[in-house]
Amino acid sequence: MSTRVLSAAWRAERASTWRELRRQARVFARSASSIVGLAIVGVFLVIVAIGPWIVPYPDDARGAVHLDRKLQPPSAAHWFGTDEVGNDVFTRVILGARVSLEIGLVITVIAALIGVPLGIVAGYVGGGLGELIMRVTDIFLSVPALILALAVVGALGPGIVNAMLALALVWWPGYVRLVQSKTLALTQTTYVEAARASGAGRARIVFLHLLPNCVSPIVVKASMDMGLAILGAASLGFIGLGAQPPYPEWGAMISYGRNYLPTWWWYSAFPGLAIYLTVLGFNLLGDGLRDLLDPRSRTAM
Amino acid sequence: MLFGLSCLTFAISHVVPGDPARLAAGPDANQAMVDTLRAKYGLDRPLPVQFARYLRGLAAGDLGESLRSRNAVAADLAQYFPNTFELVTLALLLAVAVGVPLGMLAAVHRDTWIDQGARVLSVSGVALPAFWLGLMLQLLIALHLGWLPLGGRLGLTATPPAPITHLLLVDALLRGEWRTMADALAHAALPVVTLSLPALASIMRVNRAEMLETLQQDYIKTARAQGFSGFRIVCRYALRNAMIPTLAMIGLRYGWMLGSTILVETVFDWPGIGLYAVNAAVSSDFAPIMGVTLLLGLNFMLANLLVDLAYGWLDPRIRRPGLT
Repeated sequence: MSTRVLSAAWRAERASTWRELRRQARVFARSASSIVGLAIVGVFLVIVAIGPWIVPYPDDARGAVHLDRKLQPPSAAHWFGTDEVGNDVFTRVILGARVSLEIGLVITVIAALIGVPLGIVAGYVGGGLGELIMRVTDIFLSVPALILALAVVGALGPGIVNAMLALALVWWPGYVRLVQSKTLALTQTTYVEAARASGAGRARIVFLHLLPNCVSPIVVKASMDMGLAILGAASLGFIGLGAQPPYPEWGAMISYGRNYLPTWWWYSAFPGLAIYLTVLGFNLLGDGLRDLLDPRSRTAM
Repeated sequence: MLFGLSCLTFAISHVVPGDPARLAAGPDANQAMVDTLRAKYGLDRPLPVQFARYLRGLAAGDLGESLRSRNAVAADLAQYFPNTFELVTLALLLAVAVGVPLGMLAAVHRDTWIDQGARVLSVSGVALPAFWLGLMLQLLIALHLGWLPLGGRLGLTATPPAPITHLLLVDALLRGEWRTMADALAHAALPVVTLSLPALASIMRVNRAEMLETLQQDYIKTARAQGFSGFRIVCRYALRNAMIPTLAMIGLRYGWMLGSTILVETVFDWPGIGLYAVNAAVSSDFAPIMGVTLLLGLNFMLANLLVDLAYGWLDPRIRRPGLT
């Protein structure tokens, strides 16, 4: 009996949260582009999850060689054709989704892990340290990210790990800017002042009041960045500084397929289509999330 | 800022685990040759000394030399930069010239097929990988249809005009060499479109959103009530206010183009500093990459300065803060 009372109380307490969530879901569902974004990202995640079990030629991702069936056009046996060593392009594109998700996650998470704490310090603690952080951030932001990544990966040497590292290193300043301006605005609100007046410590204010309010812009930015980071890594792969063959990374595949244009067009056409759809999906999703969570900043991007 | 940037490039180029001197000496060099080279480039000195040397060189316009070709990086940049500048400037002009009117059109004809088409273009433009789009355009327009050349800056038979500004198109125009000009334009068309599409898409999108907001404001309603024509209201009164956020996007996208020009130049074999940087990066040749990074950073800073100046021109309140 007591559990029923408890659960009723619990439900009453949560009712407004549930109402808000349902309202947000309705708003989200009204926007066709958000739904398309969600659908693309959903399909992408499903492919990532079950990819290794559905591909017709699992060995081809690790660079098996079947010269007897090289450079075949798309057919029933090879939906996207085959490449110069006879690997099935469809298999490699599907397994490339896994690689791309890893790349996107690693870059975005590292960038946020570096950027968010620095942004909090710069916005909340301020002072000389905050000034220094913002100066360094500005310097990083003054160079186009791809050039800086090129310089870093040029210094570290080509390879997928170095490319991810380079992109993460040039990606964090965006988070510092975002979190710093948000924290700065929050610090001046009455409720943070009230918390401080009632004796809350710095750590308590940061973790209880500042961080939770930064979550939604960070989620929005991270969703957008997933797509952009995948694009960035594919760009480095295309230049030849990212993933090295036979690693099934989309950008590197396009780079190699480029040598077989125009006759063997399928080799670079399909990986590019995969990048396009993935980035499109994350962008649309990020857009929908922004309209939902952070309507005021809609035009800021 | 520029000092900070040079600290950054120095830091990147000196945390490198490889040994530039050994790389420059080539695979067959013995230890003595490597040591000679190391001493010559000052790579055996402590880091602060190297940094001081680096800064002194920068102040004198010396960006070091390419370890591969032994050319002075500054001279290389002077040779390649005009091509990149031309490409990026044309792409930006195209993006603004198409993106802004299209954004206005989409806002005025909200929720019609024009607006829907613009929306599809804007979401696709940002997500398309520039290098892949470039390849597909080459495939379709240059190879399949044969309308435009595949890549490069000029056809094999064309001779570049005698340099005045070192900008090929401007020089051809000034010298009145129309055939060269046409050839150069044909070579520029695909790279410019490829580079500008993402910028065009986001400029259009911001301009549409801002126009929609501006068109709902009271002063526009007043102007309508006073009987001004719709065209005049949209183009003169609304656009001016909508341009302020659009301008921020233009500045942002300019910087982005400076970055992705390295991809477009690689695809179209465009002899600019992007291709130069990529070739250097592939063979771990640092001085050129750092030179390109500094030059593009400087470019971006200047562009931001221009954007700030343009704000003041568009919005008197920024020019004279006392007005508000």
